[in-house]
Amino acid sequence: MSDFFLTTVLTFDASVRICVPLIFASMAGLFAERSGVVDIGLEGKLLMSAFIAASAASVFGSPWLGLIAGMFASSVLAMIHGFASITYKGNQIVSGVAINILASGLTMILTLAWFKRGGITPTLQNDERFLSITLPGVDIIDHIPIIGVIYRELISGHNILVYLAFVIVPIVWWVVYRTRFGLRLRAVGENPKAVDTAGLSVEGLRYRALLVGGILCGIGGAYISTAYTAQFTKEMTAGAGFIALAALIFGKWHPYKVLAACFLFAFLQALSIRLQGVVFPVIGEIPVQLIDAAPYILTIILLAGFIGKAVPPKASAQPYIKEL
Amino acid sequence: MTRDRRLSWINGLLLPLFNVLTAFIATGIVFLFIGVDPIEATKILIYGALGYDEGLGYTLYYATNFVFTGLAVAVAFHAGLFNIGGEGQAYVGGLGTALVALYMNPALSAWIVIPLAISGGLLFGALWAIIPAYLQAYRGSHIVITTIMFNFIASSLMVYVLVNVLREVGEMSPESGDFIEASWIPFVHDVLANFGYEVTRSPLNMSIFVALFFSAVVWFFLWHTRWGFAIRAAGKSNEAAIYSGINPKKIIVVTMCISGALAGLVGINELMGVQHRLFLNFNYGYGFGGIAVALMGRNHPVGILIAAFLFGILYQGGAELDFELQNVSRDIVVVMQGLVILFCGGLEYLYRPVLIRYLAPVEASE
Repeated sequence: MSDFFLTTVLTFDASVRICVPLIFASMAGLFAERSGVVDIGLEGKLLMSAFIAASAASVFGSPWLGLIAGMFASSVLAMIHGFASITYKGNQIVSGVAINILASGLTMILTLAWFKRGGITPTLQNDERFLSITLPGVDIIDHIPIIGVIYRELISGHNILVYLAFVIVPIVWWVVYRTRFGLRLRAVGENPKAVDTAGLSVEGLRYRALLVGGILCGIGGAYISTAYTAQFTKEMTAGAGFIALAALIFGKWHPYKVLAACFLFAFLQALSIRLQGVVFPVIGEIPVQLIDAAPYILTIILLAGFIGKAVPPKASAQPYIKEL
Repeated sequence: MTRDRRLSWINGLLLPLFNVLTAFIATGIVFLFIGVDPIEATKILIYGALGYDEGLGYTLYYATNFVFTGLAVAVAFHAGLFNIGGEGQAYVGGLGTALVALYMNPALSAWIVIPLAISGGLLFGALWAIIPAYLQAYRGSHIVITTIMFNFIASSLMVYVLVNVLREVGEMSPESGDFIEASWIPFVHDVLANFGYEVTRSPLNMSIFVALFFSAVVWFFLWHTRWGFAIRAAGKSNEAAIYSGINPKKIIVVTMCISGALAGLVGINELMGVQHRLFLNFNYGYGFGGIAVALMGRNHPVGILIAAFLFGILYQGGAELDFELQNVSRDIVVVMQGLVILFCGGLEYLYRPVLIRYLAPVEASE
């Protein structure tokens, strides 16, 4: 029994770790899509930031400088996306695809050019990465059954970016639903003409939304290479940006629901690692690949309208053309 | 020249040309940034891709894949659909090809097995596109999102099938057994040898003629049949299409099936032509490459053939660069693909205002 309990707690603990980049990327996507810009490029921004953060952390010997560099790199890509899709009114999906492919190629080329190794950066020393923090009171609470284990394994012992991810969600909610910027952001994604008529700049708002998204994706990418692991490796984001996109849709563009979707998808991933080779009574072995594909299958079922309905912001994917 | 003529010259020729040039210049800047002389690199690249018969063989072999996925993306574009799922459709199409090529009676003639195996690729590619198409047409789910999801589902499915179903007993690596020999598409060097011409061995096989055949079919279909007209009409204006009696929902499903089927042909070049077995990730990158090819080729089969050839040059030349220079790997091609998609796709109107101002200004009397 206690063994099962510990396993459960550890699986949740793994889910929390996997969840973090999904949260940052999906919140980034939330800003972009709420402003009316579809962001297929989350994956590319995560990957680029993971690479730049690991490189900068290794060269300058500080995870914080790595984080800043990662945020900057991801924001540059976000601005390219904005330049193409806002200023030049190009197809938002095409420029998002371009960003993903560009990030994939550039990270490979630059690892070779900068570190003379194809696809990886030097392994980070402990002082070059974000390490786990032991929260105060672990030793005291440890004696209490159940709560002690949960506190020690699940709540304590994560790095600072994990805690930041869980703090950022209520902040995003507050910004989107309780501030003037948030109100305008939602308005520009639903009815840009009304925003324009009120004398506000549609383009300015969308650029700002993308910049916020760039910064958030940057944190998510830096987490993957400098906190979750200790170096950049080829294609290390492994579709996290797309799972985040799925979570964004699954959570219907609402911060808390998106957080729940991120956690669900992260839990499925953690489960698929645990369930490898486990044989259940009656049903037998569950194919790992089925669990891997579950986030995508669930999102498709949702999109098909079988479990609720996902309605994107009205003006998403449409460039705003000002009438003269 | 009238202003309209000038505008069509700008949109049809100058703009695409400028966009491609910009992508090349941007690649040159990437080369400079990593300390490689772009002119030197271009020389190596072109020699590696075109300078000797083996290189040319590889170039055409890579180009064959790009023709298939480029056509797939282009057909969908004509109906106003963005099929980003070429990667998954190519993958699952390969499964269709493999099932025929593995389990047909080995005694049958190649003239029966090869067309059947090609049909297997077409069918499975189309099947993998039909659910996103149906959901877009009848449930309003955005095709870009669903096709992305289907790419990931395809890769999980294929891992499962290769590991648990098609892998032979006692084999470690996730790949199928050998295809029956009747399904092998002959190599071009073997065919030429039959006629007395000796060329160096390369993976180039007769699939390239299948690619040319389907380019012609797509051209005829889009511009010379009723269905092609309906697809292009629905892509231009949904309302106008409905008004002229076209059912846009049906168009979405039919177009996506054609698109998926074309992407499903990557397997015939890779599997029936070269490897003669099914293995993991044989499709890698060609689905997304097809987007670049379609954008560069302006969604026209002739443009796509040219763009696919160019990407074939880049793929093969990139491998040569990898070999010759220490600072570059063949991933430079991926960077270039990204830049082509950015400048020919996302930023396609970059030079339009400037070109119109200088070459076709609005005259005062108009």
